[in-house]
Amino acid sequence: MNRDDTITAPATPHGEGGIAIIRVSGSQAENLMKLFFRPSSKYSEIYSHYFYHGLFLNEESEPLDEVMAVLMRKPRSYTREDVLEIHCHGGYLSMQRILETFLKGGARLAEPGEFTLRAFLNGRIDLTEAEGVIDIISARSDRAARNAFRHLRGDLFKLLGNIRSQLVDLLVLLEAYIDFPEEEVAIPHFHDFSHGALSAEKAINELLGSFNVGKILKDGLVVLLLGKPNVGKSSLLNRLLGEERAIVTEIPGTTRDTIEEYLSLGGFPIKLIDTAGVRDSDDPIEVEGVERAKGKITSADVVLLLVDGSQGLTPEDYTALEFSHGTRRILVINKQDLGAVALPGDLLQLPHVNVSARTGQGFEKLQDLIIEQVAPAQGPDIGESVILSSLRQKEALGQSLESLGRFKAGLKERLPLECLATDLRDAIQSLGEVTGETLSEEVLGRIFSRFCIGK
Amino acid sequence: MLTTKITYQKKYKVIVVGAGHAGCEAALATARMGLDTLLLTMNLDTIAQMSCNPAIGGLAKGQLVKEIDALGGEMALNTDATGLQFRILNTKKGPAVRASRAQADRSLYHQRMKGVLEQQPLLDIKQGAVERLALVGQRVAGVETREGVVFLGEKVVLTSGTFLRGLIHVGMNNFPGGRAGEPAAMGLSGQLKNLGFEVGRLKTGTPPRLDGKTINYSNLQPQYGDDPPRPFSFLNQTIDGRQLPCFITYTNRQTHELITGGLDRSPLYSGVIEGVGPRYCPSIEDKIVRFPEKDQHQIFLEPEGWNTTEVYPNGLPTSLPVDVQVAFLRTIQGLERVEVVRFGYAIEYDYVDPVQLKPSLETKLIEGLYHAGQINGTSGYEEAAAQGLLAGINAGLACRECAPLVLGRDQAYIGVLIDDLVNLGTNEPYRMFTSRAEYRLLLREDNADQRLTEIGRKVGLVAEDRWRLYVEKVADLNAAEEKLKNIRVGPADKEILARLKIEDLQNGLSGKELLKRPGIDMTDLKVSAVELKAFSEEVLEQLEIAVKYEGYIKRQIEQVERFRKTENVAIPENINYDAISGLTAEVREKLNKVRPLTLGQASRIRGMTPAAMAILSVAIRRV
Repeated sequence: MNRDDTITAPATPHGEGGIAIIRVSGSQAENLMKLFFRPSSKYSEIYSHYFYHGLFLNEESEPLDEVMAVLMRKPRSYTREDVLEIHCHGGYLSMQRILETFLKGGARLAEPGEFTLRAFLNGRIDLTEAEGVIDIISARSDRAARNAFRHLRGDLFKLLGNIRSQLVDLLVLLEAYIDFPEEEVAIPHFHDFSHGALSAEKAINELLGSFNVGKILKDGLVVLLLGKPNVGKSSLLNRLLGEERAIVTEIPGTTRDTIEEYLSLGGFPIKLIDTAGVRDSDDPIEVEGVERAKGKITSADVVLLLVDGSQGLTPEDYTALEFSHGTRRILVINKQDLGAVALPGDLLQLPHVNVSARTGQGFEKLQDLIIEQVAPAQGPDIGESVILSSLRQKEALGQSLESLGRFKAGLKERLPLECLATDLRDAIQSLGEVTGETLSEEVLGRIFSRFCIGK
Repeated sequence: MLTTKITYQKKYKVIVVGAGHAGCEAALATARMGLDTLLLTMNLDTIAQMSCNPAIGGLAKGQLVKEIDALGGEMALNTDATGLQFRILNTKKGPAVRASRAQADRSLYHQRMKGVLEQQPLLDIKQGAVERLALVGQRVAGVETREGVVFLGEKVVLTSGTFLRGLIHVGMNNFPGGRAGEPAAMGLSGQLKNLGFEVGRLKTGTPPRLDGKTINYSNLQPQYGDDPPRPFSFLNQTIDGRQLPCFITYTNRQTHELITGGLDRSPLYSGVIEGVGPRYCPSIEDKIVRFPEKDQHQIFLEPEGWNTTEVYPNGLPTSLPVDVQVAFLRTIQGLERVEVVRFGYAIEYDYVDPVQLKPSLETKLIEGLYHAGQINGTSGYEEAAAQGLLAGINAGLACRECAPLVLGRDQAYIGVLIDDLVNLGTNEPYRMFTSRAEYRLLLREDNADQRLTEIGRKVGLVAEDRWRLYVEKVADLNAAEEKLKNIRVGPADKEILARLKIEDLQNGLSGKELLKRPGIDMTDLKVSAVELKAFSEEVLEQLEIAVKYEGYIKRQIEQVERFRKTENVAIPENINYDAISGLTAEVREKLNKVRPLTLGQASRIRGMTPAAMAILSVAIRRV
């Protein structure tokens, strides 16, 4: 951990709070404030520990958010370094954009617990407090790394793993040719290299493009709403979103296609999918909608199985039940405001909750249940970790692209293979920071399995 | 068995066990540092024996040899004096992966090294087979030989090569031996095991040696060395020995069929051999089994010396039965009537897991005991010599009660080698490759002297002549750089521009800027700039590298600076990992095993996580 550079990270746990705080610590804090903060009333100098109102600008001087900024000069700050805090509107987008701007301005994303570590190292906090940090570091990063969003990370790792593997193959060709001049190792084809670099670049760019908040949310936990027509799926969706998003009518089958919405529950990015109602119908469009819903079920992390609690079960409810067999389900018994009939006991074996989408009754419990289902025993700050690790990954991908760019330029200039290998290695190493793999043994292993080496 | 022990009256500071490539460097280092040294070997006539290929250097190994030389070691000088073919490999692949390689006269190599040892003041050489270490508690006090003599010494450097419980295989026959024609050392590894060392088993092999009189060279392609040959040592300007060619031939389908037919009597494929062999140096039978699609394998026929007809067929290590060896050899072009003078064999031997070493190469278990060479699981003369030199230096420094010399991964291949060994251990014979060095661009042959001469000087191994040459070279480099900056070429210098193939030059360029252009090298520049002609090839070459690869070198130096930050954070030796909350059991176990000296070292242990590193860095800062 480098202690001289300027670090940044969100200081508030991520969630749906009204205000989020982004903290910057290090020698560049004041500079970053001057660069990206435009006060609403001009000042000649920045006073320490004063709140200023103004706009936060991105690197192209476009306003991102209306914020409050406060600079705390050393040593009277949490870390005993210059600390800048930006208080912005809560929510992913604003926070992420501000963080990205700071990163572009030269700050580095803080490691988990690094602010506190600096505070400790600079003598600001004592041992007991630092012990607390240790627990936080270990708990949070391990949890984030291992448990949270297994499928999301799984996909990313797989993608990155593929790109990395292709690049390692290229490096193997280079290194084998370099390290074994007396063996019959063929001269690597420059065409393979430019081709490989281009395809890796393209893949990384695609991945990078997907690293905005919307995408993180989109790739978040998939929660699917399933139930017969007019059971209240759209109302439930709207209630969860807090907006009138889906068309709500009394006519069954209004939602003919799936609707996808993004929200955050207790810090978890969630993709909520509303499906066409499950029913037997001859309308080809509606049949198609039902088929799509079936397809989505398999990719869902949680299925919210909606039934009408005021009416009791119908055959269509059983069809939905059958569709969702084998998934993680929550039985949502809706329309409590219209009365309640008794449901079969075996159905109530499922995690269930009584709600009213119209009045909002039972929604707190519903949210808790969803979180419980997707992330048993996770703390509330898990969302923050995911955002952070996503940003870190984005940074690493950016570095990898930079190295690949040099690699390509080097190919054109016909630089010696050794220089090409250096750039390629850097590119792979940056990817490895995301996937956590080291290189040297792997390259040798592939060389020996691929080439007949040995004199 | 009743034995009478005699304690030899002279007491040594350092005792080196084994006089191979590691042992010779270790013993010379401590004696040159002014310490009474004893070098014990089973056989005085096999000092510095090249048990396998009579060649020194090659990729990454050439760099090692130059580093040994810069530190004041002997290997480069010995090679220059006895080399019969010198080549620089990879001249077109970049400045840092250029490497020197030489064939040496096996017998002369031994003789010259023996002579150097004999002439070295403060160094006693004795024949004797060490059976046991003499210990006082957990400290080494000397060694006991099979002949019943106890030699007392404060430090012991163990360089046992392939001799620890060595077992030689030829076909289905096997017998104890340390090398062809020499006995194994049976006692020592048992004692090491009892002391708590983890001892493993490795395997290596060597090809048959051929009678050159029975080889028909007429249709074979010769391979000549460089003309003029360039020496290894920074002390030498020229190579005086007559240069000899090697010859290239190939195996063929018939060879492969005969080998395949003999596999049922191969100790490798019938499960007799348990030790792990090197992936980069497989036996010919291994190559044919693993790469059946290859129709032929290249063989270099290398002369073993000026005064012998023995030939080393590089590329044919084998432990197949002798009848199969002869049969398959005779299918190869040029070898149709060949006679074998020594048969190829495989050898299994004990090694001691190097994770049990400190970065000084002193064992963690026994104070004053150092391990170097194949006992640490490495292979190669150069790797052995490098460790021997460092073990010697550190034994010497310990006698003087000075801190050990630990070279960084950014300083030397020797640093990479030892760091890999003590942190990662090895389960196959470890060989150096340039791809193991993450700061490869900085670890070049040409700058080995700039990297290490001052360090060697401080330790006391760099004598006046070497030091003077080094100081001159540095001064020349600075002067040449200054000259280069001052060279100006303007649009008016039509003749120069035409020669350099530069068109449409608007503004003047300095020599440095010119050199940065692709397609222009120092030779081009020298033609036009008389002031550069005063400097040596070496100086100009180095300047060219510094200018041409400035961007890459700068980036690598930045990486090194980042790396140094954690590298320089020491971990207290008595740290109690079990008392640090937050570490997983797995990480704790690894830290306890390796007991890293710095935060950087800890980060390179397999299985360390960023979280564990963060915890560790908090923990050590509060101690």
